Amino acid sequence: MPVSNLSAAPGPQARKAEAQEVESVTIRFCGDSGDGMQLAGTQFTNASAMLGNDISTLPDFPAEIRAPAGTLAGVSGFQVHFSSHDIHTPGDKLNTLVAMNPAALKTNIKDLESGGILIVNSDAFTTSDLHKAGYKANPLEDDSLKGYRVYKIRINTLNREAVADMKLSPREADRCKNFFALGLVFWLYERSLDPTLRWIHQKFGKNPAVLEANTRTLKAGYNYGETTEALPVHYRVPKAQIKPGVYRKITGNEAIALGLVAAANLANMPICCASYPITPASDILHHLSELKRYGVRAIQAEDEIAAIGMAIGAAFGGSLGVTGTSGPGICLKSEAIGLAVMTELPLVIIDVQRGGPSTGLPTKTEQADLLQAMFGRNGECPVAIVAPCSPADCFDMVFEAVRLAISFMTPVFLLSDGYLANGAEPWLIPKVDDLPKIKVEHPTKGNGNGNGEAHFLPYKRDERLVRQWAIPGTAGLEHRIGGLEKEDVTGNVSYDPANHEHMIKTRAQKIANIANEIPELAVNGPAEGDLLVIGWGGTYGSINEAVKNAQKKGHKVAQAHLRYLNPMPKNTGDVLKRYKKVLVPELNTGQLRLLLRGIFLVDAVGLNKVQGRPFLVSEIEAKIEEMLK
Amino acid sequence: MSTATSLPTLTAKDLASDQEVRWCPGCGDYSILAQMKKALAPLGIPREKMVFVSGIGCSSRFPYYMNTYGFHSIHGRAPTFATGLKASRPDLTVWVITGDGDGLSIGGNHLIHAIRRNIDMKIVLFNNEIYGLTKGQYSPTSRLGTRTKSSPLGSIDNPLRPLSLAIGAEATFVARTVDVDINHLTETLRRASAHKGTAFIEIYQNCKIFNDLVFEYATDKSIKADNILHLEHGKPLIFGKDRNKGIRLHGLDPEVVTLGNGITVDDLLIHDEKAEEPSLAYLLSRMVYPRFPECFGVFRAVERPIYEDTLNKQIDDAIRTKGRGKLEDLFAADDTWVVA
Ligand code: SF4
Repeated sequence: MPVSNLSAAPGPQARKAEAQEVESVTIRFCGDSGDGMQLAGTQFTNASAMLGNDISTLPDFPAEIRAPAGTLAGVSGFQVHFSSHDIHTPGDKLNTLVAMNPAALKTNIKDLESGGILIVNSDAFTTSDLHKAGYKANPLEDDSLKGYRVYKIRINTLNREAVADMKLSPREADRCKNFFALGLVFWLYERSLDPTLRWIHQKFGKNPAVLEANTRTLKAGYNYGETTEALPVHYRVPKAQIKPGVYRKITGNEAIALGLVAAANLANMPICCASYPITPASDILHHLSELKRYGVRAIQAEDEIAAIGMAIGAAFGGSLGVTGTSGPGICLKSEAIGLAVMTELPLVIIDVQRGGPSTGLPTKTEQADLLQAMFGRNGECPVAIVAPCSPADCFDMVFEAVRLAISFMTPVFLLSDGYLANGAEPWLIPKVDDLPKIKVEHPTKGNGNGNGEAHFLPYKRDERLVRQWAIPGTAGLEHRIGGLEKEDVTGNVSYDPANHEHMIKTRAQKIANIANEIPELAVNGPAEGDLLVIGWGGTYGSINEAVKNAQKKGHKVAQAHLRYLNPMPKNTGDVLKRYKKVLVPELNTGQLRLLLRGIFLVDAVGLNKVQGRPFLVSEIEAKIEEMLK
Repeated sequence: MSTATSLPTLTAKDLASDQEVRWCPGCGDYSILAQMKKALAPLGIPREKMVFVSGIGCSSRFPYYMNTYGFHSIHGRAPTFATGLKASRPDLTVWVITGDGDGLSIGGNHLIHAIRRNIDMKIVLFNNEIYGLTKGQYSPTSRLGTRTKSSPLGSIDNPLRPLSLAIGAEATFVARTVDVDINHLTETLRRASAHKGTAFIEIYQNCKIFNDLVFEYATDKSIKADNILHLEHGKPLIFGKDRNKGIRLHGLDPEVVTLGNGITVDDLLIHDEKAEEPSLAYLLSRMVYPRFPECFGVFRAVERPIYEDTLNKQIDDAIRTKGRGKLEDLFAADDTWVVA
């Protein structure tokens, strides 16, 4: 390895590596959870997005913040798929893997395509770290990696050399090594260093030594690629053809926070979001807590129950009440959701699903809370459910959740998941004027008929079965609501059997009426044919690419994706009937399939995966092929 | 001459809803309902600005009987609904009605956190030392040995002292009163209403059906003077039919002494509801019959920052210093790029 003649800037002896153009690339940075892999991945993503590629990311981190260094449990990874065309998934197979230590190599190598580029930090392959990763022999010294293009780079050493005269302690110096690797990968894929340099300035402006060290090592990594013959080729991924406009990168959790604030703003109402910290939903609370100047009241509650209680209390007072959590939190909130159903108050409940049951896999993705959202309460307790299909779609669907909650006076579930929450993609920033307005009405006058009826009847309904949202502070409309069964119209406590059944049906019909005010289910592909692949939530991208590939092969396959799960779009049954077979890929053991079979009597077949990871396109493609045989 | 700001003059009757009150005959809740209406009517708070929030249990039916806004929520969680409401609507007057089971057992967590935040709401805990609505099981305040359907051999759980808990949770206002002493009850509710911050009131409430006379020592006219002590700010702790007994500090513990034989009023503890530290209030809250007289009145009343004031001030300050946020800026807060 020619390291001795490394200089900080390209020297005269620099050789131009040959540049190849490729359509899309998937790379993964992986290392110890203390190695800064999430940061390296995020920076690479930003640079790629700003260069004009389409992007999709998959961060993958351990549940423990700091598992013992060097162990398999402590490996953290960040995968980026970037492309010159439209992409929807973070990629199946890796073209390039950056492994900062033996444990990272061991847990990630299986995802690298054969012949793929493997960049390893050879300094980390010490006897002790090899042992911690469970390697009996050093894989860099035997034949085990011979199917890959392996570049053994002494990243620790090179990084220390880059910051050598800065009087940093070895620990401080080592902390920058992720940026050496990042710089090298920037060179490998011809990305500009500028966005990351800007970020370093913003982040470390107050700490000149750290600023300088990170800048130097980032450039050193880049220059290392440029000046040495370590890597013989580098790659260019041209800009993608995407819809014109102003873009930014957005994760699902960011999109939810922005969507909530936008909806509240356009509805001209205060927003109160109460949550209890939980992975992977906490970032929503973090984002909202920063948005004070947008009038956001963000409250960290003492527990999950308190969080939803506060949101409902705020809704009773006329605010947009929001609570965000993950599956275990939904379990705790169930009783309060029932109360919101009974009191018919608007409420947005965000469930960022993770692997379950119980504590399960906190940092991994899963789609196994659909039936919980549908049925997980005592009594007949219908709520509306929507589910975004991509990180950016979280903005649109949370906006929809707010619209439906207010327009129908009901709790609305938004089912996101860990993959959407932390995954990122480019977001075409909407024009504020183009966003729909949400109409909010608080009555100021009574609604009784004056003929012996009370002045205000809290459960008097419009033709859509929606009651009025009268809020405290309004003179003359004083009323009491609560969890006991209500007499329709008056809202008085009632134990009357016929009234109870009437109210059960009324609450159900009100939710069913939502179907009149949501878009129909769209189909990608032929309007009828051999196979419909229908999914929901974060699996959209993988299904989309798999179906497109099958269509290219001439199969009569279409995709439909449910973003509204309760009620489903009015034409759902119709769509299902137009195909000979129906496939339902889900990251659970068949929850949507159960609903589709139950509601529409369709012989839907499942493709089910519960490994805490999203579908690979190839997995769905294989199932499509199998079904069309 | 008419005053410029004419307060809405309400009578207790104006605060009564049209709903039939359904507590058992002789239940202490009737008195609390009556005194609440009496206490609030003249305060000049418009009816529509008052909200009563409750959980589950006999006491939690309370909101239905007040002609104000009301929310009969779920078991133990009333403080959470009240918190969200008051935080987002500081203009409202919010009362939480709870009981010993609702507030201290299933809802204990919410109670302590509501209190520590010091939200400007009034929490009234009806303590009848029993579960009434579920028909008579022992509660977190039932005395050791209480025989009920679920403790046929006597309860073995140590009882909680609600005021000690509240004080431990950093309560800024803590008081105790009793259903049958209607003047004291009315006065205590008014004091609570005037407090800025969370006010926590324990009311000894007789459950006629399942725990009758459990507070007889504190209510029976013939004996109560020797068993209860009325706290007055700045006054020595004196009690007894003949006003000849008092509370003195012995080391860190209180002791009952009889005045005379060299013991004078100057030896007695002086009540200070405004004490910086809650130690005295805590000590008083630990005085339990029959070893001690039990204290009635305001144990503690101090001013501390109020949760919703601070919450809303952070928002106002952010808007004042950085300007009200525009959606365009919010969307473009991250690095953006243009695709032509
Ligand atoms: S059960 Fe006891 S507390 Fe409940 S209403 Fe009857 S007397 Fe009152």
